[in-house]
Amino acid sequence: MQNDTVKKLVKNGAIWAFIVFQLVFFEVAGQWWSLSDSAFMDADNMLLLLKQSAPIGIIAIGMTVVMINGNIDLSVGATYALAGIVMLDSMNWPFMEAMGDAAIPLAWLFALVTGCVLGLINGVVVWKTGVDAFIVTLGAMLGYRGLVFMYNGENPTYHLNWTMVDIAEADILGLQTPAIVFLAVVLIVWLVMTRTVHGRNAYAIGDNREAAVNAGIRVGPHFVLNFVLIGFLAALSAVAFYSGSGSVNPNDGMLFELWAITAVVLGGTKLTGGRGSIIGTLGGVIAIQLLRKGLGHIGADTETVNLVIGTILIAVLFLDRQLNRKGAEELKV
Amino acid sequence: MTADTPALRLEGIVKTFPGVRALDGVSFSVLPGEVHALMGENGAGKSTLMKVLGGIYQPDAGKIFIDERETEMKGPLEAKANGVMFIHQELSLAQELSVAENIYLGELPRKSFGRVDWDTLYSRTDAILAKLKVGFNARTVVGELSIANQQMVEIARALTVDAKAVIFDEPTASLTDAEKVVLFDVIEDLKRQGVGIIYISHRMEEIFRITDRISVLRDGEYRGTLETAATNEDEITQMMIGRSLDLSRNHEHVELGPVALRVEGLSCGHLFQDATFEVREGEVLGFYGLVGAGRTEIAETLFGLRKPTAGRIILKGEEVTISSPIEAIRKGISLVPESRKEQGLVLGMNCRDNMTLPQVGDLTAGPFVSDGAEISIYDQYRDRLQIKSPSWRTTVGNLSGGNQQKIVIGKWLSMRPEVLIVDEPTRGIDVGSKSEIHNLLRELAKQGYAVIVISSEMPEVLHVSDRIIAMYHGRIMREFTAAEVTEDSLIHAISGIAGDAA
Repeated sequence: MQNDTVKKLVKNGAIWAFIVFQLVFFEVAGQWWSLSDSAFMDADNMLLLLKQSAPIGIIAIGMTVVMINGNIDLSVGATYALAGIVMLDSMNWPFMEAMGDAAIPLAWLFALVTGCVLGLINGVVVWKTGVDAFIVTLGAMLGYRGLVFMYNGENPTYHLNWTMVDIAEADILGLQTPAIVFLAVVLIVWLVMTRTVHGRNAYAIGDNREAAVNAGIRVGPHFVLNFVLIGFLAALSAVAFYSGSGSVNPNDGMLFELWAITAVVLGGTKLTGGRGSIIGTLGGVIAIQLLRKGLGHIGADTETVNLVIGTILIAVLFLDRQLNRKGAEELKV
Repeated sequence: MTADTPALRLEGIVKTFPGVRALDGVSFSVLPGEVHALMGENGAGKSTLMKVLGGIYQPDAGKIFIDERETEMKGPLEAKANGVMFIHQELSLAQELSVAENIYLGELPRKSFGRVDWDTLYSRTDAILAKLKVGFNARTVVGELSIANQQMVEIARALTVDAKAVIFDEPTASLTDAEKVVLFDVIEDLKRQGVGIIYISHRMEEIFRITDRISVLRDGEYRGTLETAATNEDEITQMMIGRSLDLSRNHEHVELGPVALRVEGLSCGHLFQDATFEVREGEVLGFYGLVGAGRTEIAETLFGLRKPTAGRIILKGEEVTISSPIEAIRKGISLVPESRKEQGLVLGMNCRDNMTLPQVGDLTAGPFVSDGAEISIYDQYRDRLQIKSPSWRTTVGNLSGGNQQKIVIGKWLSMRPEVLIVDEPTRGIDVGSKSEIHNLLRELAKQGYAVIVISSEMPEVLHVSDRIIAMYHGRIMREFTAAEVTEDSLIHAISGIAGDAA
């Protein structure tokens, strides 16, 4: 049983150990081979890293919840783009323009409601039809992306409001708004998953749906709530990002769902549900961003970065599998 | 090879699992052209023995002989290669493939370039099916067949090889009377071809109708072989049960309270019909019957997992409808399900969270779950049920079966139910914990709970119950009080032997 605790520690700590390893490696490699003249573990660099991880990070937190619950959401990238378009386009509406800067919170609200509605649709369809979430959200991914193109064709949607840009680029202690939003989301969702009834039930449903039903848990409403949550977070991510950039391309957010899932899985959440942690996902998000930056730091190009991340993902899952299998055999004895 | 060279002989087979000696030196032999019944209570070791024979388990000691040639069964393929074929109770067919493909799965006849020789495949299959006189052909998709016909496909599969021994495991469990006749004809046929047949069944009438000899297992031990023609039901029953009845039956008089639950004419399609019974506070009501007799289905209906097609449920004098587990729990009906790991526990969660799962919604302080409230419930029921777990943080999947079961029971007790239904309370639990669970169930009754226990193990049901309901084929055959019940009468009632159902 002592073993149990040790194993848990190893599993939960692995991603952080990997992050520390990366930090040291890129620092040393950068200097050793004189590939880069700047230090890697520089405070500004790290703060920037957090900001850059925010868009996918916020979505990955939602993905963690949905995956713990035993589902998956492939439509987040399209939701992200559509929420961004709604936000920026709404600023161009005559009555909104007339309101001046007061329109900003309203534009954010429109975006967030869009995300919630799209999530609600996913959740209700999964609940009421019983079709696998993978299929439902695969359809939604195509459908929502279709809506993105219907909105403005191939053209970008833009609106530049300097107040909004100022808010997006404001910083507290060097942390810019997107990074703050990301960390706040991590904290709140972590509390929800570890301390509330909803979180507890989400784990139970993902681990053993039948036992959860037998314990009198209503599975459907929990599903829906989590899909609404991830829709909301995808929109929040768009709000945090596009407030600063002011322009949405119809292809924005593509592959976000896969990057989010990569981060979640690296962070130790099981694809089959029931196990995972928000803090682990935070680690997964940081690890991926660190890898990108670090490989850039030592002079690798983008293509190499993707190759390395893909390889690491598979290696991590292989190690995890070995670890779990050993655990299972121990149990049998 | 003469007729008295056994087709199959087992010698001193021993198989142990942690905490259980499942087979303890079992020896017996099957002659060619003989139908040999293997009997014993649930848990006597029949399935373990068959798994050893089929190469799924490796015995710790003992030998298997086929035609007096010592043979090691390293796996299912080897069993098949040696001419030992199984007709399983649970079917193992690929539902989307045709009958022919299923029968020759893994050894489809081929033409050049690895192409399947469909003509040969279908003609060979149809030849076999003709022998079985079935109403489908080689091209039929298995998924479209009834369970009985799927069983025929399994039998056809056994006929494709030169079988030395064919094992039928409860083959008639899902067959109609007409289908049984066909099955018995097939067995006769195999017999004439000199195949040795092991026939596992609980149903006495079948045993007497088709078998030549009967071997009995009890608690993993071989108890002897009888000539079918020279024995009777009583003798067999005696051998199967034969224990010195130290499992003292419960006659300790407990003051019974009012009726907690009354069920009138409850039916659910073809699963069970017209169930009428009641259970009082302070009483353990046992349900005994074969697997598939409808006991679990009654429990699931009371717990809101199935919709009754007729009948009334009266809880504490008030008629209620229960359409979901949520409603059942709210009204005070709790179910400890048959399969702990699949239906009862969230294995990846810790002990405390599993125990408080149904009521965690009521244990909040502000928006958050109150750790203190949860731990105090866990501690209370850990002590009361003597759950042995290093800490509440321990993952439930790492506990022993007995302690897991106590967590499930504690989960419901902490909600103070009116009626506690326990389905197979000690399945997969080692002997020591078994009696602990039994005592616990008795103790709960003494404390005034109305307890319903469903079990396939006769000693268990006899030991814990104040009254016993015997079921057969979805119907309540008879109700016994603890004072009047005997093993014989109980076995008769659940085997559907006519005339005894008063």
